[in-house]
Amino acid sequence: MKIRFRLVSVSAPIIALTVSFGLSSLILLTIGKDPYETFKIMFEYGIRGKSIVSIVNRSIPLYISAIAVAVGFKMGLFNIGVEGQYLMGSLIAAYIGAQFSVITPLHVLFIIIVAVATSSLWAAIAGYLKVEKGIHEVISTIMLNYIGTGLIAYSLTTIFDEPNSNYDLPRTKELPETGKMPPLNKFFNIEDLQDLHGFLVIAVLVGIFYYWLVWKTTLGFDLRITGSNPIAAKFSGINPKRLVVIAMITSGAFAGLVGLAPLLGYFHRFTIDFPTGLGFAGIGVALLGRNHPFGMAVGALLFAFLQRSAQILDLNDVPKEIEQMMQAFILLIVVVFYEVIRRFLVKQQIKDASKRTDE
Amino acid sequence: MNLAIKLENITKTYPGVLANSEVSVKINSGDIHAIVGENGAGKSTLMKILYGMVKPDSGKIEIFETKASMTSPKNAISLGIGMVHQHFMLAKNLTVLENIILGIDRPFLKNIKLSKYKSEIQKVMELYSLNIDLNQYVDELSVGEKQRVEIIKVLYRGAKILILDEPTAVLVPQEVKELFKNLRNLKNNGVTVLFISHKLDEVLEIADEISVMRSGQLIDTVANNVSKTQLAEMMIGKSLPTPPARISSTNEEVILKVENIKSIDEDGRTIFEDITFKVHKSEILGIAGVEGNGQKEVVEAIIGIQELHSGKVEFKNNDLKDQGTRERLESGISFIPEDRQLQAMIMDMNLTNNVIIGRQNIEKYKSSLGTVKTKNAIKESEKVISSFEVKTPGTSTLATALSGGNQQKFVVGRELEDNPNLLIASQPTRGIDIGAQALIWEKLRNSRDEGLSVLLISADLEELIGLSDRIIVFYQGKLVKELNAENVTPEDLGGYMTGLKK
Ligand SMILES: Nc1ncnc2c1ncn2[C@@H]1O[C@H](COP(=O)(O)OP(=O)(O)OP(=O)(O)O)[C@@H](O)[C@H]1O
Ligand SMILES: [Mg+2]
Repeated sequence: MKIRFRLVSVSAPIIALTVSFGLSSLILLTIGKDPYETFKIMFEYGIRGKSIVSIVNRSIPLYISAIAVAVGFKMGLFNIGVEGQYLMGSLIAAYIGAQFSVITPLHVLFIIIVAVATSSLWAAIAGYLKVEKGIHEVISTIMLNYIGTGLIAYSLTTIFDEPNSNYDLPRTKELPETGKMPPLNKFFNIEDLQDLHGFLVIAVLVGIFYYWLVWKTTLGFDLRITGSNPIAAKFSGINPKRLVVIAMITSGAFAGLVGLAPLLGYFHRFTIDFPTGLGFAGIGVALLGRNHPFGMAVGALLFAFLQRSAQILDLNDVPKEIEQMMQAFILLIVVVFYEVIRRFLVKQQIKDASKRTDE
Repeated sequence: MNLAIKLENITKTYPGVLANSEVSVKINSGDIHAIVGENGAGKSTLMKILYGMVKPDSGKIEIFETKASMTSPKNAISLGIGMVHQHFMLAKNLTVLENIILGIDRPFLKNIKLSKYKSEIQKVMELYSLNIDLNQYVDELSVGEKQRVEIIKVLYRGAKILILDEPTAVLVPQEVKELFKNLRNLKNNGVTVLFISHKLDEVLEIADEISVMRSGQLIDTVANNVSKTQLAEMMIGKSLPTPPARISSTNEEVILKVENIKSIDEDGRTIFEDITFKVHKSEILGIAGVEGNGQKEVVEAIIGIQELHSGKVEFKNNDLKDQGTRERLESGISFIPEDRQLQAMIMDMNLTNNVIIGRQNIEKYKSSLGTVKTKNAIKESEKVISSFEVKTPGTSTLATALSGGNQQKFVVGRELEDNPNLLIASQPTRGIDIGAQALIWEKLRNSRDEGLSVLLISADLEELIGLSDRIIVFYQGKLVKELNAENVTPEDLGGYMTGLKK
């Protein structure tokens, strides 16, 4: 049973991938491009050493963002606000982190703490609104995204803008050298390539921590039983309001880490062109990876691969928007496919139910 | 006589379990046919096979003397078979009428002509003499009425064979009478009724024929000319256990004190008020009441799920006012809710996880690191399984794979093995076979003699009278009567419960 279930979990994304390649081929054909050629150049470009580093770098924030979303999903809570949460966290952390200098480990740790605290506070607002005012978290987190974007745009041009900068656009002061996270290149003997973000280490730790939290701790147990049967959860003594707030804050804490890979590894300051959209992409990755720490890692790498390899397309006269369509196809198909499979397997699942051990 | 159903050598295995083994049975058209048997005997499985929810491994099915293979409930309905589940599948914010037509196949985007459906449904109701107000919201119906809506729903879809899995388990005696009257009407109009029950008196009252199942096999089908004792012997292979004599051990010490409590709902209507009672150490206090008279909310208030408007609840001389459900459970109250699947278990988790539910934060299951102590949970679930004779292949079995009665035994065992000071038991033997019922009664009595206080709610009046030391009666949100259980009859109790007696 477990094996069959795993098989499905693995085959679903593969089938989704194949079908979405098929659909994208059709679209390429209608605009008069050769699909085979297109995918070939994408693939060849995507597996170059330089690209691989870039893919891993891109996948780090995607992965952490997916985890932030998944923590909520596990208890049936939809945090659509990771986007606003990580942007707020990154801005504040970038600003405060640039005000002083201590030795690197402490400096980086401090920046992480500031980002995590800011993002979880921002997320806590949605938790509070749900618990005290009965406002659904989907509505409130979407609204908070807008408010956050507005606040960031305003404060970046006023309070947080680098003083006496001769740069045209608003941006925070650059982090001092001690606040930058060193790259990992020397550990992989790839010093000739671009920087491999040191935050990769944190992402791996976050994945392990997430697994431990959800599947091993009593808090995770509470999250899972609430997600599965909220009424029984309440009868078991769980205070649903308290748990909503805890889950929202935890989700926000993970969200705080999302922007730190680009911040500490590459940008070193918050600017107008700081990467956005990572929070929304995380929702897709969480769906793709079924809230599983390993599944989400694969999903994050896949999306990062598509994004990177699509960059070659413009040079070959193929609109690179095709890549975004592919991502959308994959998501749609995976979601539909999981559902179809789920229904299809229900009988077997029940049949084999007694064999299955719930981890 | 025509056969409605003919089953030949139906076999169904689940891993480690032979749920149905070579079951053969013939059911006459227009009969009321009862199926009885121990928990886990395979009754529900057999019904699910008939209704197309479960596919048998082998065997032949004939419906109205033509060979049939049921592939889905939809397919079963088209063959004239309808099933009413124990958990009603009604949308409570819709009217009865809307619920009945919900899910009926109709051309896409075509207007629903309510009046047309209404007159069709009314015809069905007239034909079978079933009454209900079609414009009422399901929310406002009693359990018995909801069940009637489900029955009308399947009849309207053309069912000629009606399957009911433990229909009387959720009903109070008056409602059972009403249901049986309705079933007789159906029978007189040619409907074949197939139902499962653990209550042998009821079975003998209404069934034409009775099939007995044991360990997956159909032992025998007999006409309704057997005695209760004979039936019980066929069922459990030994004679009916007699309840032990009553020895009251009630102590003066007060464990639970409920003073003048009152609750109101969102619209400001009173759910219950002026409720005052005490439960002593080593006492079983029974609560009698027709469903919807406030008793459910009162016990929920005691464990902190229902909010109090005024009044006070004290447990072991501590005011519970500022304690949440978790603190109350941890301070020595155990709770068996009335609906095991909805309120007490996580169906897609295994028994090891389910044994922790309700006590996930006590030291026994929570390490100082905050992780779950799985080893203790396994040990505890093994203990519950063996001492309450839960039939299951093991502790890693999912709750959903247990038969209804075995789920119930597991929940009762989990709460009792916890050695509480006060056990609040709502319908503790619902869906449990007569053998296991005697086991649970005995455990309850023994625990009481050792000092446990019990607040017992049961729709089974004989159980209530037999187990309780004292009984309080709820009617329209008020405590209307307190009785000594020793000299009260079910009829008396019924009178107080319906407000006829004061
Ligand atoms: N989905 C399932 N997966 C595995 N085993 C199952 C499943 N459903 C039922 N079983 C097993 O099949 C056997 C028969 O179960 P069934 O539900 O038919 O019993 P039952 O006679 O209805 O009992 P009860 O009186 O307790 O409702 C039981 O041992 C049960 O554990
Ligand atoms: Mg059953």
